[in-house]
Amino acid sequence: MNDQMNPSVDAPVVIRPYGDTTGDGMVQVSFTLPLAHDKRAEGAALQLANKMGISPALVVHAKAMGPEFTFFIVYGTVHHLVEVDKVVVFERDYELLTPKDANAAVREQLGRPLVTVGACIGSDAHTVGIDAILNIKGFAGEKGLEYYGEFEVHNLGAQVSVPELVNQAIAFHADAVLVSQVVTQKDAHLANVRELTAAFREAYPHGRRPLIVVGGPRFDPTMAAELGVDRIFGKGTTPGEVASYLVHAMVNQQRKASDV
Amino acid sequence: MTNLLHLPADDVTRARALAAEAGAPVVAIARAHSTSSVERAVLRLAGICGADVDGTPWVNRLVDEVAAQVGLESGVALPVWNALEQSEDLVTLAQRAAAGRVDFALPTGPAREVAMANATRAVSLGLERIDSQRRHRELLVASLATPKRPWIYLIVATGNINEDIPQAQAAAREGADVIAVIRSTGQSLLDYVPEGATTEGYAGTYATQENFKLMRAALDETSAELGRYIRLTNYASGLCMPEMATLAGLERLDMMLNDSMYGILFRDINPIRTFVDQRFSRQIHARAGIIINTGEDNYLTTADPIEAAHTVTVSQLLNEFFAHEAGLADWQIGLGHAFEINPDTPNSFQLELAHALLARELFPDAPLKWMPPTKHMTGDIFRGYLLDGFFNLAGMLTGQDILLVGMMTEAVVTPWLSDRDLALQNVQYVRNAAAGLRDDFHPSRTGLIAVRGRHVLAEAIGLLDRIADTGLLNAIADGTFGLMHRPANKGKGLAGVITKDPYYFNPASLLLEGPVSA
Repeated sequence: MNDQMNPSVDAPVVIRPYGDTTGDGMVQVSFTLPLAHDKRAEGAALQLANKMGISPALVVHAKAMGPEFTFFIVYGTVHHLVEVDKVVVFERDYELLTPKDANAAVREQLGRPLVTVGACIGSDAHTVGIDAILNIKGFAGEKGLEYYGEFEVHNLGAQVSVPELVNQAIAFHADAVLVSQVVTQKDAHLANVRELTAAFREAYPHGRRPLIVVGGPRFDPTMAAELGVDRIFGKGTTPGEVASYLVHAMVNQQRKASDV
Repeated sequence: MTNLLHLPADDVTRARALAAEAGAPVVAIARAHSTSSVERAVLRLAGICGADVDGTPWVNRLVDEVAAQVGLESGVALPVWNALEQSEDLVTLAQRAAAGRVDFALPTGPAREVAMANATRAVSLGLERIDSQRRHRELLVASLATPKRPWIYLIVATGNINEDIPQAQAAAREGADVIAVIRSTGQSLLDYVPEGATTEGYAGTYATQENFKLMRAALDETSAELGRYIRLTNYASGLCMPEMATLAGLERLDMMLNDSMYGILFRDINPIRTFVDQRFSRQIHARAGIIINTGEDNYLTTADPIEAAHTVTVSQLLNEFFAHEAGLADWQIGLGHAFEINPDTPNSFQLELAHALLARELFPDAPLKWMPPTKHMTGDIFRGYLLDGFFNLAGMLTGQDILLVGMMTEAVVTPWLSDRDLALQNVQYVRNAAAGLRDDFHPSRTGLIAVRGRHVLAEAIGLLDRIADTGLLNAIADGTFGLMHRPANKGKGLAGVITKDPYYFNPASLLLEGPVSA
């Protein structure tokens, strides 16, 4: 177990949490148990801490919250070892940008606003998703794309027909079309997206159509190619992720275009 | 009135005069128009409720059918009461109309007189129920202890009314004076009010008449248990402001979020639609004795809270003007503002105090709503807890009335039971430790706080001057507020805006406006 102190490597491969001494393994957790505050509740908190691998554990604070709940703060030692060389980091294929950086990239790379047209297509009246991404109100503490000065946003709202969406995309010179689909009865979301991509293929010359991005809680993000769209976003996507992706995709497209 | 910031009296007078000058043309537009939601609210006052098998409320079916047949330019009341058969109720009429078995017409001559009288009688019953709910609240408040200010405002948002109720009751027992039930995401953009008790919502619970009723009944029980009247809050913002206000009045809600411009700026709702809807909804709130909460905190989450401080003041002055015009008394105008300055800014606490005091001094009789930090709550819950402590202290020191309790887990999770408990301990510590501090707080006339307060007022006057000059609708179109451009001929709900014709008749508006307007 002394390999974590091995002086021959730059950084230790195996580490433990650090309280005030290397290797002490100290952690602090807080939680609530649905028990009235008494000795038994404190014992229960200790039991939970032990089962979490905290041993010895010390209940440093216990407070009744009403007659049926108790809040605990527990300090103690964990014996788990963190193997740093086995940590796997998920790398997304584009960089997350702040609104400021996204705006700067659009200004520099496009030299004009990035035009985004959004809608819910077919019978879907659930604008929750598209509004969370586009409206300035935003989602999860992030402002929507309307907040981005270099994005020109047209939110067409709900129950937009595919031909109408194509016409609007052409009229606005859309760089990107964002479609949100919540209703999934009889796989309506998949049928609608296939209709959408077919219509855009017909309406635009090859390779010139806007980016097509779809989103909704029931989409599988790996199905993008199969559905003929550029990107699928699933549940919990924030406006910043969408904006960052659009900037990434547009800038790459520009590069490709200027390479030719 | 105290004058801790040494505001020049002429500036205060001028700011109000400019707000009135900017607002008056918008009131004229609001009076010349109605909306589909105003018309639906008229029918709701007359007692229509329920929905068809697809969940579309009967009131929507009926108003849509009237609109398709004869238009709404003369109002929905005349064709509806003209079509009502002897002893038929509105739901039955709506069902007949939905089946295509009613021919609506605009009555003339004696038939018009009869329809007007019957409509007025039916709508009066709804207003009488709102009046009796108001009297009932006044009795309860008088018989129970009055909570000291600031009132502690806590949010529940489970999505399920059956979960909301025990959480709200628990929050009240822990010290909340006001319970707000957050609505399901996106409800503000629904052009109808869902029906019935609901158990599925997204990041909130649908506002329905039945949910209002269930929660008010539960809080009445808890109020009796605690000997303290617990107030209930919901949202009148969105496409259904008039109907939400009506249902809130009928079911004795106590406070409603109702901002004159929020829907326009942050939800892209058509400006005319919003101004018409907010005017009618505020007339109902005035009648119902409901306190409105305005949404100025939202400006500070989008724009820089120091640079945009004066836009909050401008919005407060406009909200006050529109509220007074709609009949709300000062004690009903809960103007909003927030603690959102970047905590890394030098002297940020003094700046917060200056802004909070400015609102206090400008609106001495308004129950100000003080909103906690959200923008700089980073997930570092320990730092967040400290920031909330400073927010609470600023609230105490500047005499805020309604204190929305900040959660250290803001932007991390929906508040846990323990988050709420810790947040309330934070408030209670500050309330106790700094109970008398306000009496000892006299910023120097030449100090940062007073100078900043006067500066923000001067900036607000400058902006109001420009708005009065260019017109409020143009200012909104140009992106003056919250950086958003919202032209008057765009936005959601535009199709529901109606230009009144000379025969327009709305018994609710006539009763709410009093005998002055005919």
